[in-house]
Amino acid sequence: MSNKVALTGHEILANAMRQINPDVVAAYPITPQTELVQLFSQFVADGKVDTDFVTVESEHSAMSATVGASAGGARAMTATAANGLGLMWEVVYIAASTRLPIVMPVVNRALSGPINIHCDHSDSMGARDSGWIQLYAEDAQEAYDNALQAIRIGEHEDVRLPVMVNMDGFIISHAVENAELLADKDVKEFIGDYNPDHSLLDPENQITVGPVDLQDFYFEHKRQQIDAMENAKDVIADVAQEYKEMTGRGVEYFEEYKLDDAEIGILALGSTAGTAKVAVDQLREQGVKAGLLKLRVFRPFPSEELVEALKHLDVLAVMDRAETFSTTGGPVFADVRSAFYDAKSDVEVVNYVYGLGGRDTRVEDVVSVYEDLQEITASGKVDNRVNYLGVRE
Amino acid sequence: MSKVNLKELSHQDERLTGGHRLCSGCGASIIVRQVLHATEDPVVVGCATGCLEVSTTIYPYTAWKDSFIHNAFENAAATVSGVEAAYRSLKKQGKIDGETKFIAFGGDGGTYDIGFQSLSGAMERGHDMVYVCYDNGAYMNTGIQRSSATPRNASTTTSPAGEVIPGKQQFRKELTDIIAAHNIPYVAQASPHNFKDLVRKARKAFEIDGPAFLNVLSPCPRGWRYPEDEAMDLLRAATDTCFWPLYEYENGEWNLNYNPKEKAPITDWLKPQGRFKHLFKEGNEYLIDEIQERTDRRWQEILHRCGETE
Repeated sequence: MSNKVALTGHEILANAMRQINPDVVAAYPITPQTELVQLFSQFVADGKVDTDFVTVESEHSAMSATVGASAGGARAMTATAANGLGLMWEVVYIAASTRLPIVMPVVNRALSGPINIHCDHSDSMGARDSGWIQLYAEDAQEAYDNALQAIRIGEHEDVRLPVMVNMDGFIISHAVENAELLADKDVKEFIGDYNPDHSLLDPENQITVGPVDLQDFYFEHKRQQIDAMENAKDVIADVAQEYKEMTGRGVEYFEEYKLDDAEIGILALGSTAGTAKVAVDQLREQGVKAGLLKLRVFRPFPSEELVEALKHLDVLAVMDRAETFSTTGGPVFADVRSAFYDAKSDVEVVNYVYGLGGRDTRVEDVVSVYEDLQEITASGKVDNRVNYLGVRE
Repeated sequence: MSKVNLKELSHQDERLTGGHRLCSGCGASIIVRQVLHATEDPVVVGCATGCLEVSTTIYPYTAWKDSFIHNAFENAAATVSGVEAAYRSLKKQGKIDGETKFIAFGGDGGTYDIGFQSLSGAMERGHDMVYVCYDNGAYMNTGIQRSSATPRNASTTTSPAGEVIPGKQQFRKELTDIIAAHNIPYVAQASPHNFKDLVRKARKAFEIDGPAFLNVLSPCPRGWRYPEDEAMDLLRAATDTCFWPLYEYENGEWNLNYNPKEKAPITDWLKPQGRFKHLFKEGNEYLIDEIQERTDRRWQEILHRCGETE
């Protein structure tokens, strides 16, 4: 029996964590993730979970303790945002390299400086090469769905990698939404028990975790990590399928919105995908063949599937809520364009960096992107490959 | 608590095997073996990045017979906090049973400096773990750079003795006292030349419920510049000169564990070590006097705190 609720994104995600009932959560508060940790603390205080909650003194220690707990055979979680993720940095890589299936909600926020507490993706996009699987959500429902699936994906024997469950700070985390929560027992059954093959806490089978790994083995271990990420693609699809059968909700790597007959399209991730859907609807009413691809899985990057879904477009705009300072566009753009290069496709791909530091992105802003795309279609000319949407210049 | 008996210890298996790649004359392996003799329970060992870790776990080999985790340089205490939390949660749920002890080892760099926050957090939160600092007074593994545990005037690669600066400018940080200020149940300073004292302290640390901290002086032939076979003599000089007082802090009480019959001059500690060689050049006598003065003052403080003076 599922349960329809109207709650904030944080309340919905905190309930996912309660239902997952991790053995260990080690976390440190940081805006906008703070409320999530507070809500979870209350579940611990009320005895609603079996979790040992480690109230660490920093995000660095949050990730460190989570790594220790996971290596100890526990189902372990933490949560963070922005500078918190920045402080965890070194250990984020170690978690992935040690092949620990940690699940971490990231309540996306701009990475300083100057300091800014509002949403963009500079935090998680900065961690794109750390070896974590990354899922992005359009709304709280999806963040909830992703959190439950993340447990299954990360713990799968062919994967064993940590998973970031991204949710836009404030826009999703602090807004009230209608959502459907699964029954506790259904979650329990879906995620199953965690029985790792190796644990520090098995005195009969001692293990060494995190040894010195020099020239003669390090590269092979990295290769295994790459294999795991490749395996994750199938596992993500299978778990999504199973989840969809149970709930009627869910997509594998991305959602295609009115894309079948579209001539111009936008690729977006996070809450902006919702805004873009409204823009698509408006344009469709005017007879414009506009479509949207909402990306759910950014790592591993579903390159071939993406090109297959978008190759019939004339022009595609990739929306990036983060900069790379490469002067050649945002992080998602780099991957999408690279995917199209291999496909020898003639789709024009342009980039829009938008919404940095929480700058509001309205429906009319997205409409203006589609208008730019129409102009490119008409003229066959791209004036600006990389554009900055909504900035005062 | 039973008495520490050498015969009994000699019958125990070593939990850190030979064949590790620590330098000969290094104190770290001696300390680890003595500390691990203090418990018969299985342990999970956490280790900061440093000499001990890089020399004992070169993949695909390990010198550890117990489960071992190395995470990063600065987070041994936080990492072990997590393993201990996993133990508590899984035990509460009936998923594991038996007794396991938790121990973290860090050098002075990974403990006094970069790992200080992680250590302080773990001690304050009250995790049931023993943290052992093997204090060799510098970042030895990376080429003998100064740490906040480096004694004043020691010549290191980042505090070299030169024409105008005679080695490290500051006195060492008193970390043992700082950890005691966390109000944890047990804190002690020890030295492996006095194995009875060290094993007794380690036993106490393992048996106490909650966090315990041992600061153990660890000789380093590379950094201290002394003949490898003189490590134990040098450690004895450290305690006889009162450079390294042996004391403990247990549930709010300070106790002195060694009071030399005759306090030796600080030169007994300084002279055999190459890192202090420049202090014995003509005109530098005042530097030795300063160190002597500081050592005397510190010794008086310890005596007073331990109730050994009026």
